[in-house]
Amino acid sequence: MLRKAQIMLAFLISTQLVGCANLGVQPWERDLLAKEEMALDAEGNDLGLDDHIYFSKEATSGGRAFAGGGCGCN
Amino acid sequence: MQLISKNNVTGKTKKVANVNTALAAATCALLGTTPLVQADEGVWEMDTALLYYGETDRVTAVEGVFSAKKDFGDEHIFSGKLVLDTLTGASASGAVSQPNAQTFTRPSGKGQYVIGAGEIPLDDTFKDTRVQLEAQWTQPLWDDMRGSTGVHLSKEYDYLSISVNGSLAKDFNQKNTTVSAGLSLAFDTIDPEGGRPVAFSEMVIDQGQFANEQAYQAAFDATRQEDTDDKSTVDLMLGVTQVINRRMLMQFNYGYAKSDGYHTDPFKVLSVVNDQGLTQSLVHEDRPTERTRHSFYWQTKYALDSGVADISYRYATDDWDINSHTIDSRLRFNLTDNTYIQPHFRYYQQAAAEFYQPFLLEGTTLPSFASADYRLGEMTAYTLGLKYGMKMPSGNEWAFRLEYYQQDPKNAGFEAPGVLQQLDLYPSVKAVIAQVSYSF
Repeated sequence: MLRKAQIMLAFLISTQLVGCANLGVQPWERDLLAKEEMALDAEGNDLGLDDHIYFSKEATSGGRAFAGGGCGCN
Repeated sequence: MQLISKNNVTGKTKKVANVNTALAAATCALLGTTPLVQADEGVWEMDTALLYYGETDRVTAVEGVFSAKKDFGDEHIFSGKLVLDTLTGASASGAVSQPNAQTFTRPSGKGQYVIGAGEIPLDDTFKDTRVQLEAQWTQPLWDDMRGSTGVHLSKEYDYLSISVNGSLAKDFNQKNTTVSAGLSLAFDTIDPEGGRPVAFSEMVIDQGQFANEQAYQAAFDATRQEDTDDKSTVDLMLGVTQVINRRMLMQFNYGYAKSDGYHTDPFKVLSVVNDQGLTQSLVHEDRPTERTRHSFYWQTKYALDSGVADISYRYATDDWDINSHTIDSRLRFNLTDNTYIQPHFRYYQQAAAEFYQPFLLEGTTLPSFASADYRLGEMTAYTLGLKYGMKMPSGNEWAFRLEYYQQDPKNAGFEAPGVLQQLDLYPSVKAVIAQVSYSF
């Protein structure tokens, strides 16, 4: 039973990896991705302000951007 | 060349000018190339924002941001940012509530404040103005490779932070995959008013026991270190961005940060209580001089027929034992071609630092490090918000954001003695965030 599950898992992982090679779009299929609001750094000021608030009020920072330095904000 | 065509239905004529140019542009669009290399300079894109952050009975901050970005041709991009903020109000000192009024000395040593019976000890001394400057330059290097470098400076009355950063990004697979690596070095200096407290030194409170002002000052000075202290941070970030399909893209980041130096908050104290829960003295906190952090960040953006879904998750862990989970989601719905609303939901959960203690017990061995700063304790927090944006006929955009943020500190397994059982040791913090943005 365990062996069957292992084979099944290996099969699933390999099909997913093959799938990864096909990820992506052709240059002429970028109409939606090219929209301003689809950029990862869209609303940069909002993200920066949020980072500052949560940096000051919580023990974790960074992830999306660098974590270190900053300010002595209370 | 100029063609004149006649609409057979309306009988009106219309002019089609410059057919050559139009055809050339159409051909280039089909081939996915740009017409004749001409390094056209872009225009300055300006983004401004004014943010109000107000906690109930605690801190109020107003922050203004002005950022500018320009493409000087061939993706040689400069971006700069100026941030100004002011902070006033009260911040939790770390001391516990008591059934009687408590007197505290201000961190500067000049003056006192009194907290009523059953009230949360908040230090209302905070008043600060901060200025932050950032500049970043990004340009293509070679073989689908981009480089970016920048500086960051933040200055407030008692704190200075300077950092430099550099990163490289390379595109693969028809620009469907981007791999990046970045490094940031930060150097912070702190010089608090009244000096840095000596670790675990007792707060000197003038209750008439001193013969004169000089005697009090001498006792206060004995608890302080006069020179400045600093902290350096090295940040490393590795990232992969992948286009999944026509509607979806994902980003994965791994972040490593190591900081050395002064991590203590010079304004925070701990109450030393007896077995009845009554405060016997107040001592200044002390934190380790090193911290190593790891973060794993995943973000997905999905283009809806009329809007965008943006969801991210972050797991962070460090050698202070602070593990945290953050889920952040923004869902943009386009109401018309020029207007949208965007609900925002964020959930955060953190475990307590290994040296976090809400109070110290009299007669027990002093730990190596201790802090009662609730921000290092166990807590959950959530944010609920709504943004409305509208693009003007000129192309400029206004946006308004209103959010509610609540922090709910939890007891990480500490048994409260005596009177402390009847007092709120883990009060919630509630805040309103309001923002107006204008882009032009």
